[in-house]
Amino acid sequence: MTEHTASPRRGEHPAAPSHGTPVVVETMTGAQSLIRSLEAVGADTIFGIPGGAILPAYDPLMDSVKVRHILVRHEQGAGHAATGYAQATGKVGVCMATSGPGATNLVTPIADAYMDSVPIVAITGQVSSASIGTDAFQEADICGITMPITKHNFLVTDPAEIPQVIAEAFHIAATGRPGPVLVDIAKDALQAATTFRWPVEMALPGYRPVTKPHAKQIREAARMLVNAKRPVLYVGGGVVKARATAELRILAELTGAPVVTTLMALGAFPDSHPQHLGMPGMHGSVPAVTALQKSDLLFTLGARFDDRVTGKLDSFAPGAKVVHADIDPAEIGKNRPADVPIVGDAREVLADLIVAVQAEHEAGRQGDYGDWWAKLNEWKKTYPLGYDPAPAGELSPQQVIERIGRLVGPDAIYAAGVGQHQMWASQFISYEKPATWLNSGGAGTMGYAVPAAMGAKAGRPDTEVWAIDGDGCFQMTNQELVTCALNNIPIKVAVINNGSLGMVRQWQTLFYNQRYSNTVLHAGPSPADSGSAAGDGVAPQQWRGTRIPDFVLLAEAMGCVGLRCERPEELDAVIEQARQINDRPVVIDFIVHQDAMVWPMVAAGTSNDEIQFARGVRPDFGDDLD
Amino acid sequence: MSKHTLSVLVENKPGALARVAALFSRRGFNIDSLAVGATEHPDVSRMTIVVNVEDLPLEQVTKQLNKLVNVIKIVELDQSAAIQRELVLVKVRADNETRSQVVEIVQLFRAKTVDVSPDAVTIEATGSSDKLEAMLRMLEPFGIKELVQSGLVAIGRGARSITDRSLRALDRSA
Repeated sequence: MTEHTASPRRGEHPAAPSHGTPVVVETMTGAQSLIRSLEAVGADTIFGIPGGAILPAYDPLMDSVKVRHILVRHEQGAGHAATGYAQATGKVGVCMATSGPGATNLVTPIADAYMDSVPIVAITGQVSSASIGTDAFQEADICGITMPITKHNFLVTDPAEIPQVIAEAFHIAATGRPGPVLVDIAKDALQAATTFRWPVEMALPGYRPVTKPHAKQIREAARMLVNAKRPVLYVGGGVVKARATAELRILAELTGAPVVTTLMALGAFPDSHPQHLGMPGMHGSVPAVTALQKSDLLFTLGARFDDRVTGKLDSFAPGAKVVHADIDPAEIGKNRPADVPIVGDAREVLADLIVAVQAEHEAGRQGDYGDWWAKLNEWKKTYPLGYDPAPAGELSPQQVIERIGRLVGPDAIYAAGVGQHQMWASQFISYEKPATWLNSGGAGTMGYAVPAAMGAKAGRPDTEVWAIDGDGCFQMTNQELVTCALNNIPIKVAVINNGSLGMVRQWQTLFYNQRYSNTVLHAGPSPADSGSAAGDGVAPQQWRGTRIPDFVLLAEAMGCVGLRCERPEELDAVIEQARQINDRPVVIDFIVHQDAMVWPMVAAGTSNDEIQFARGVRPDFGDDLD
Repeated sequence: MSKHTLSVLVENKPGALARVAALFSRRGFNIDSLAVGATEHPDVSRMTIVVNVEDLPLEQVTKQLNKLVNVIKIVELDQSAAIQRELVLVKVRADNETRSQVVEIVQLFRAKTVDVSPDAVTIEATGSSDKLEAMLRMLEPFGIKELVQSGLVAIGRGARSITDRSLRALDRSA
């Protein structure tokens, strides 16, 4: 993300009239008013599928030269594409669907965007207002359904409200803590004649996000930072969303404090930076997890103490004081009490902190983290990320992902699904820039990668976009490759094909006595073990043989180039081959060995002190810091 | 656990009550009592919510409520600095023999008899929940045939108003 617009301030209404803006008043239909409103708020791309109730909106959409509509194959794809678009561009993503099942198919991506605070606006058609509440054909109370998973939603039955609601929806989605907003519009409101007025006044008396941090809290935080002996800058997705990564780097280098970036914040601080310890959490690096655990000050910026980061909460970082800065006051103190709470936009918080820390330095107070760095460097050296090599002649999934990252480089965008491949993609690709890593962090939505990559590529067509997907995830949403092929959205998809639901299988290996119930994807029932036990004890050759579906043929059928890679010596050449193809999407079926596991790992519900570097191997930290 | 009375000013829009109620259930908080009604401003409704929670979860529920776009303002009313009232309508068995005793209790609690029939009287009473509970205890031996109770409503003592500033803001934005 290179674009640096000022963060929204309290009371600032982007759609409010300003001097010199011509006022537009025209008579038209509600549907035309909707499209005009979308153009006016700057929407340039909509992912969607028409249907009965939204049909009126699609007619004027056909004539719009400002809005590109991309016809997806499933509404879930539209939702994740909007999310990918938003994360890659920093703009609000837009998706559109009809009433009933069209709208309910958006529920998963809306929930996903809510958990990861991604600004999207979902526009759904609703049955005519006279039919609402009668169980009419294709009626679903989508406002009621999405109430707990949207930042806000609107039901519009009066066409005159359309411009104002659209302006408010985009404003709410993009400001404060970003999130999804749904606008449900009754069909008769789309059909009726109305007056389109622009600009509009917003009326949101209950919506006043605080972005400017409190000066006293900032000074207190800066004082604690220079006085701490073992601080860690615990950086979350809020820093990326606030476009505060430049400020973060200044603060980090000014103080010399170590930095950890959560799954949602990869790229907020360069992975290659010597002060970077990696990602904390269940599959975080040993130095990152341990640094938080042994810290005396968690300097928290736009992160929310998610259970995947803290492990068992009451034993998380027991000796640490907490500075917690977040735009959402409800996150502060939700999971872990904060000693210094700071409500504000991460960019403004960081800018103020830099000044406050400089003032401390000028007063002769500077943090001394020498002993701390000695420990941290020792952990970094002793416990680097790594993996066991695959059996001879086979591909290891980590190696595939690592080589993609190495050959494709830090300028590309990487979108991952959910599972082992996601964790490996977080570990073995080097993220140097913000908005180059897209994944479903909070919701853990399998099938996220392909549509999100599609959305990212649609928003940033000149950037190379790779979906790192698993074979399980890929089978949930690969239909959007058709959309990509037909709309000139040439993404690359690396299917890390281990023939199983790898992460679930890993848990079965570790916690369910290697009973692989329903995690083998490519095997059908064999005579020895049918039904639910299918796959349990199936010899590798058998499951490898089936290859159903054949991803190469599937890719070709969808208008993509399908490639396959099975041996380490082919790896680099296949990746380079895929990179040369830019007129169509490319799918590479990487056949990898089945038994690779994600390490390090903190088992669910246990303390971060119990981190295992590899299976059964707990790092030796010594006790001098306890 | 302790009881807290929250006064919540919300935009008078469809779905606002559902959003508040759903938030409580989703975050795992029980509502003891809920009353919704108009205010001096036509675009604003006021909810009075009584919750039984510890201080920390209360802070969380208040913050989550504040995030609802339709919620304009939340004030926790301190019991000692607020007037809190509930209304109860109760139908008590009362014939010629017991009616005068029942009416005497009604007078003691400064309640009102609002309906009389040969074998029952209906009583309207307002007050704090303690007072109403005490009255109902006294009436119980006669036989309570039916009872309906409102949610609690509350208002702070003194000249200050919680609505002043927020409603001005609303007028500005409207």
